[in-house]
Amino acid sequence: MDQTVSASYLSHQHVAFPDGLMLECGFHLAPVEVAYRTYGTLSPRRDNAILICHALTGDQYVAEPHPLTGKPGWWSRLVGPGLPIDTDRFFVICINVLGGCMGSTGPRSPRPCPDGRCEPWGTDFPPITIRDMVQAQKLLIDHMGITRLFAVLGGSMGGMQVLEWAAAFPEMVFAAIPIATAPFHSAQNIAFNEVSRQAIFADPQWYGGRYWEHDAIPARGLAVARMMAHITYLSEEALNRKFGRRVRSAPQGTGANPGSLFGEMFEVESYLRHQGSTFVRRFDANSYLTITRAMDYFDIGAEYEGDLSQPFRGTHTRFCIVSFSSDWLFPTSQARLLARALNRVAANVSFVEIDSDKGHDAFLLDEPDLDRTIRGFVAGAAEYARIA
Amino acid sequence: MRLDQKLIAGMIRPGTRVLDIGSGDGLLLDYLFRVSGCDARGIEIDMQEVTRSVAHGLPVMHGDADHDLEHYPDDAFDYVVLQRTLQAVERPREVLRQMLRIGRHAIVSFPNFGHWQLRFKLLLSGRMPMTAVWDTPWYETPNIHPCTILDFLTLCRDEGYVVQEWMAVDEDGERAPWRRSIRLANLFGEQALFLLRRGDTHRGASGTT
Repeated sequence: MDQTVSASYLSHQHVAFPDGLMLECGFHLAPVEVAYRTYGTLSPRRDNAILICHALTGDQYVAEPHPLTGKPGWWSRLVGPGLPIDTDRFFVICINVLGGCMGSTGPRSPRPCPDGRCEPWGTDFPPITIRDMVQAQKLLIDHMGITRLFAVLGGSMGGMQVLEWAAAFPEMVFAAIPIATAPFHSAQNIAFNEVSRQAIFADPQWYGGRYWEHDAIPARGLAVARMMAHITYLSEEALNRKFGRRVRSAPQGTGANPGSLFGEMFEVESYLRHQGSTFVRRFDANSYLTITRAMDYFDIGAEYEGDLSQPFRGTHTRFCIVSFSSDWLFPTSQARLLARALNRVAANVSFVEIDSDKGHDAFLLDEPDLDRTIRGFVAGAAEYARIA
Repeated sequence: MRLDQKLIAGMIRPGTRVLDIGSGDGLLLDYLFRVSGCDARGIEIDMQEVTRSVAHGLPVMHGDADHDLEHYPDDAFDYVVLQRTLQAVERPREVLRQMLRIGRHAIVSFPNFGHWQLRFKLLLSGRMPMTAVWDTPWYETPNIHPCTILDFLTLCRDEGYVVQEWMAVDEDGERAPWRRSIRLANLFGEQALFLLRRGDTHRGASGTT
């Protein structure tokens, strides 16, 4: 069996909810398993919980080495003892999203079937939405006996979940930090997602989504999807700074001879190929399709004819919106749209655009201004919430 | 905090909702939150100041007086504060209207162009006056809408605003002793500070003209 399937047998800390969830599409998904990690200690008053929502290809291993790749947690720079999200002070929860492939129920989970012959959901996994992800997270938060989250934060798709939390359960969210995100997924972003998906469909190893039957994974398609998406996470300036037009000779075994058309390789090409190949080792293609689709459906104002203020009417949540100057996937203009929508309902909003040339990915990278902003906002909110 | 900021803080009742436009280093916000127990928020145009304020735990958003006030609902605040900025906004009258639409009170301070030194210099030299307060040449100054204390009073009357309190202060924010006579204040006050509220039959705040 390939690595993807072996990854599915990796055991993740999780809670199973036999009653499952009624999804937004009307499908009753049961059972639902919710995989998560926690850091720090829940206070006796249960008032110091911070929920971190991960992005499209992230997972619950936010502040510890990843069990598959061995790499440090994706926000270990920000989450830990003494760090801006201080685990000495707060109880930090990070949950693998519904539809994901790191232990929460998703397309790779076994589909319940009467004859006992279990196979993965695959492409039959029902379409899910950001709201469904949040509902699944709430199952776990309720299960933990937490009635109010001190803060919910996340970047990109994580930011969408933050907004959904604040809109759906305002009384449960004291502070919300949506980072590098937007109140709805733009046509341009849906377009990029579609290219990613078509790359997966075009892979001969895709087998109509039932690749496990052939002991295969659509690695080529998934890698291309990742490569294309990765460009959108960067910026022209960052690419120039990191790679410029530097060239290296093509790696051995690629069949390219020196002097031939692809005898040399630009460093940026090599970087993207590396990004693509490492990604397919840890991510499931059907999960990628399911989650990108959930992002496409996201529009916080959908139920209010596109009015972005109405979902937040009467909110007492303190918001801190963060954008990055070079992010063209979730640009500052969309963050400002959100800030103004919140102004219209007189919400308590902080709004910071951080000057960075690192593009959308800046929220995952070393940005001291982001650290300062989060640390300060969290400290201020804690003072307001009178958390010791 | 500057002395005139202390005077502003003194005009604001504890525990109220305040929007500080041009919150700068956030000292007034910090005071209003920690000492007065206000729900105090800021708007600031300088991103570095915004980041510094938020990193200090203060709710500040990036924006400016000309473009962001229209997005707030009526009566969102008890006080809306605009410090030393009215002369630099694009549309001072519209900004005042917005302030008194979203807030029950407006607190406005601005440098007084009627100060005797300015009059004297213009009269004698025939050139745009420069002083410690008005310290940038005409071609560079952000202060595109200077006014005198009397000009401001006329605008308030035209717009139907009630002047609840006013005072003239010098550049350091020290209160100048020109409380009795507005004409003397207009001659000797370097900065003016006003506490306004809507008139009972205000017509300005509806923004229909």
